Amino acid sequence: MGYVLTTFFIMGFGYFVAESALRQPLPAPRLAWLGFILGIVGTVMVVATVLTGHASVMFTFYPPLTASPIFYLGLVLVVVGSWIWCVLMLVAMMRWKRANPGQPVPLAMYATAANAVLWLWTTIGVAVELLFVVIPAAFGWTQTVDVGLTRTLFSWTLHAIVYFWLIPAYIAFYTIAPQAAGGRLFSDLMARASFILFLLCGLPVGLHHLFMDPEHSTGFKSIQMILTVLVAVPTLLTVFTVTASMETAGRLRGGKGLFGWIGALPWERPMVLATGLSFFMLWFGGFGGLINMSYGMNAMVHNTSWVSAHFHMIFGGSVVIMYFAIAYHIWPSLAGRAAPSVALQRIQLWLWAVGMMVMSMPWHWLGLNGQVRRVAQFDYADPSMSWWTPWMAVSLAGGFVLVVSAALFIWNLVSFHVERSAGVYPAPVKYATALHPDQPVPAALNGFALWNVFVLILMAAAYSYPIAQFFILNPPQAVVHRVDR
Amino acid sequence: MAIDPLSNARSERRWAFAMVGAAMMMLFAIVWASLSPHMNPPSNIENVDPNTLHIAGEFTEDNLGTQVDAKGRVTTRIVTSQFSFAPECVVVPQDMQVTFRFVSPDVIHGLLVVGTNINTMVVPGYVSQVHTMFDKPGDMLMPCHEFCGLGHSQMVAHVRVVPIADFKPDENGRVACAEH
Repeated sequence: MGYVLTTFFIMGFGYFVAESALRQPLPAPRLAWLGFILGIVGTVMVVATVLTGHASVMFTFYPPLTASPIFYLGLVLVVVGSWIWCVLMLVAMMRWKRANPGQPVPLAMYATAANAVLWLWTTIGVAVELLFVVIPAAFGWTQTVDVGLTRTLFSWTLHAIVYFWLIPAYIAFYTIAPQAAGGRLFSDLMARASFILFLLCGLPVGLHHLFMDPEHSTGFKSIQMILTVLVAVPTLLTVFTVTASMETAGRLRGGKGLFGWIGALPWERPMVLATGLSFFMLWFGGFGGLINMSYGMNAMVHNTSWVSAHFHMIFGGSVVIMYFAIAYHIWPSLAGRAAPSVALQRIQLWLWAVGMMVMSMPWHWLGLNGQVRRVAQFDYADPSMSWWTPWMAVSLAGGFVLVVSAALFIWNLVSFHVERSAGVYPAPVKYATALHPDQPVPAALNGFALWNVFVLILMAAAYSYPIAQFFILNPPQAVVHRVDR
Repeated sequence: MAIDPLSNARSERRWAFAMVGAAMMMLFAIVWASLSPHMNPPSNIENVDPNTLHIAGEFTEDNLGTQVDAKGRVTTRIVTSQFSFAPECVVVPQDMQVTFRFVSPDVIHGLLVVGTNINTMVVPGYVSQVHTMFDKPGDMLMPCHEFCGLGHSQMVAHVRVVPIADFKPDENGRVACAEH
């Protein structure tokens, strides 16, 4: 779910943005299809090994647990497919810049390219882990694993990957939602700065997933904790800019007073509704995240259901609901038809938000009371766990609502193609224009060269010793534990 | 609606300063908690060979569980392995500093004790050490909190906190949950 839904959605949306925002054909569409096919083949390999019980290592692998090599090779293919996407995005942006010298790259494309750059940096950690440690062990070429090293390499990827998933939702916040609401983007520059901040602060923070690990010192843990605090800033900037953009829409539609503009927004439009629901869930998910990264306080919640609740709220809730809304928004121009039922789209979005809240809220509470995560079943006969039962039942009910919503989402897309709707040919997707479109964009916010240098410096500061220590101290290794035979 | 680029830029800048300020306040609180009441995560980089820890040294079977040393310090040693804790129940005194030391001979495990600061990963190759003080007597849940294989759900232990008056080490300084 975490790899497949996100990677395929992000690739598809990126190709769409590259064509619709730049108004030029995609470079090398055959390569794009190759990336897609690699992703599909990889996914089949992963799913087959998981379903046949040859890869019960979950999607963070947990070496020295070792699965069938087919599982890891499948993941590699998915990642390689996404690398093709990254290169195509950067080539598309460079071509446009060459054809339009001195012009700012359209924001939607600039942000998509930022995500491609972020993803190339992000995948280095897991790629090194898989290619040099895990896959040799899976083939039986090595018998032991340096567990601290694998955990550290995976942590390199582990946090930035969620920003890779998140950025498409933010692209919709900045460039689609204000347009859908009938307003303007409050500030193009602030949007660019936020995406750059994600690129800079999203990467050198992975050790905050290892606060409770014995193989790192308090020093490097605190350095990365400080950088993690900064990662809250681009989200808080986004809250302001997107709210202000929506306010312009509400006021243009006649909303008055301090809060009157909120009621004046066109909530019947799925993109506007999804943005509202997404922001609502962002408060809970964001708050949970601030607790998680709080170093000492992390001991209260590490590996409890609180963490599951946090990322379901922020990823499953805030981000995925925007994936739905984006799909609804771009499907008419892909299918060449108007939506058969916008009401069903609204119902689907509401069910998703309500289901996610009902499912995740009990987990926050149970997590604070010590309910651990990644557990198949609890011993409810144990007096210290028996009181969890009713809360788990509530959570399960929320899960059922989510299943219904997901099925309805698929139906809503299929219905574009099966129902012979009146077929009003829809207008092509438009992106929001800035309130002050003439504002000059500095060259630094129209490219990535400078920022890549900064990322390199930050990553060197945050990760060089934490990785090098395993080669200096040479800790004892663990014996490979196969789960596939 | 008046659209004034200068006033927009001003309100934007104010918000940005306010948000950076809020982040700095959080950072200050976290750093204070780490320096003053010493709320730090477990970070002793201390190695142990997972393949030989059961044969010799601190974590052989005789040394597991709670032990009081000559200076009166209380240490509880536990081996976590697929899919149980050894021992599955430990006794600790109330209102005394207790040091927990965990090791794993096989794969990654982790654990927490509900309602305390005990929360650590157990990574093969390392000793995980946590200090705590229990303020209430009673049986507390200590489940494995990291996926360690298909039996992970069944991996649960308990910590029995007893008042100091009932905490009676034997001649070797050891205290166990049940009489053998």
